[in-house]
Amino acid sequence: MNSFRWRKIKSGIATSLAALCVLLAVAPLFMIFFYTLFQGISALNLDFFTQMPKPVGETGGGMANALVGSGILVGLGSLFGLPIGILAGIYLAEYGDNPFGSIVRFLTDVLSGVPSIVVGVVAYIIVVLPMKHFSALAGGVALGILMIPTVTRTSEEMIRLVPHYYREAGLALGIPQWKTTLRIILPTAMKGIATGILLAIARAAGETAPLLFTALGNRFWSTSIGQPIASLTVFIYDYAKSPFEDWIRQAWAAAFVLIAMIFLLNLIFRIVTRGRYAER
Amino acid sequence: MPNADVARATTSVTLKAMPSIREEHILTTISDPKIITRGVNAYFGKIHALKGISLDIYSHRVVAIIGPSGCGKSTFLRCLNRMHEVAGGTMKGEIILDDENIMKYDPVQLRRRVGMVFQKPNPFPTMSIFDNVAAGLRLNGTRDKKTVAEAVEQSLRRAALWDEVKDLLQNSGVSLSGGQQQRLCIARALAVNPEVILMDEPASALDPISTAKIEELIFELKSKYTIAIVTHNMQQAARVSDFTAFFYLGQLIEFGKTKSLFTTPQERQTEDYITGRFG
Repeated sequence: MNSFRWRKIKSGIATSLAALCVLLAVAPLFMIFFYTLFQGISALNLDFFTQMPKPVGETGGGMANALVGSGILVGLGSLFGLPIGILAGIYLAEYGDNPFGSIVRFLTDVLSGVPSIVVGVVAYIIVVLPMKHFSALAGGVALGILMIPTVTRTSEEMIRLVPHYYREAGLALGIPQWKTTLRIILPTAMKGIATGILLAIARAAGETAPLLFTALGNRFWSTSIGQPIASLTVFIYDYAKSPFEDWIRQAWAAAFVLIAMIFLLNLIFRIVTRGRYAER
Repeated sequence: MPNADVARATTSVTLKAMPSIREEHILTTISDPKIITRGVNAYFGKIHALKGISLDIYSHRVVAIIGPSGCGKSTFLRCLNRMHEVAGGTMKGEIILDDENIMKYDPVQLRRRVGMVFQKPNPFPTMSIFDNVAAGLRLNGTRDKKTVAEAVEQSLRRAALWDEVKDLLQNSGVSLSGGQQQRLCIARALAVNPEVILMDEPASALDPISTAKIEELIFELKSKYTIAIVTHNMQQAARVSDFTAFFYLGQLIEFGKTKSLFTTPQERQTEDYITGRFG
């Protein structure tokens, strides 16, 4: 009886410790969320979303161009990064059990460890130098390269997790292997792959360093992919180190908006990829 | 008995390759085998899984393959539609489907003629009941909605599942019970209109009532299809099959009419196995 009570106490301690760690794990997110909101709330108004930045010295104005710019940059990045990442993941999962596959897997891991500013330099060399000016395109390429490893590895893992008997069922119906992969295996793995895509997008949306000398930033309205383009992160970087109180408030507000957008994107993805049928 | 002698003479080659052939078996051999296998050896890496299997599978008959675990019965079944290749196996020997060696077929084409049902019910989890049955047709290029809908209904009826699911066709395939899922998988295999159906322990994951339904279904299906079934369950083999093959350690020990194999086995090992002395 005594030993049973002692067991219950031990179980209680372990459970409370685990619960405490859960709190500690999510606490930073809430702290950042509310701190940026608290600091930036005075700059958060309709103007912030609809107006252009005001010239130095004038207060007010907004970051409409940076919001759109970030969207375009992440969109371009996804355009480059997602197809390459997903297809590479499919290749590694379905045909990658050979030395070549191992090498590719190793290189993707290395790529995911490359500092983002170095990726920015690469994009500078392969896009900015030939074009002779900064551009949204260069920023998109940099973000795309950063997205590839995350997407590749999660796609591979998720496709591998699909039980082999679905693949066999498809092949046994006389469905060619490529169709079995694309129409049966990929949809089954899609929920997991979507998580990887989301992580990659969130990471790309939060990048500043690789944009500094690729997309550069722009104080004016531009949606052209051939021209320098504004982004929330570069705006935060510029405004946060400025001496103007109004700008610093706006930087906080921009940080809050960025976090909120990633949060919303997460939520939307979850709902969309929940699928028609409940998981078993 | 001159006729029997002629038969014996013409199939003497076959005889040598096949252990324990019975007279009545020889006579049916002359009828119409759908699949003829001769000296089939299968390898997985260094493992020699099948050793010189020769047996015939007759049209519109059910052949059961029995034997203890690891005896190669599933491997043999998979060789028949080259599914062993998916698992990385290699095969030597001849398997003839309707006078043509299956190695000459494109595996994709072959598998449309020789369908398969697996041990674990595996409906596609992202598809509805309807889409599951339609998958084989649609992904093989059939676009016409009416053709697909008709094939789905017909297949579900043949799999004795139509009455249970006709109002739930848009529900998830995995929302069904295990037995229904397995009949769904049978319907899915029937939809591409195969000639031969291979079943790899189709009822081993099911409860007795679902098992009985599957067995009943197998009996119904043999009027339209040729069926080979691997089973661990000897009673099941006795109930559903016309012919039985007993495999042991990758070899075919005995092959014959189910009734005589179970009542008067010719080989000691067969007798030991069916009386439960090993396996």
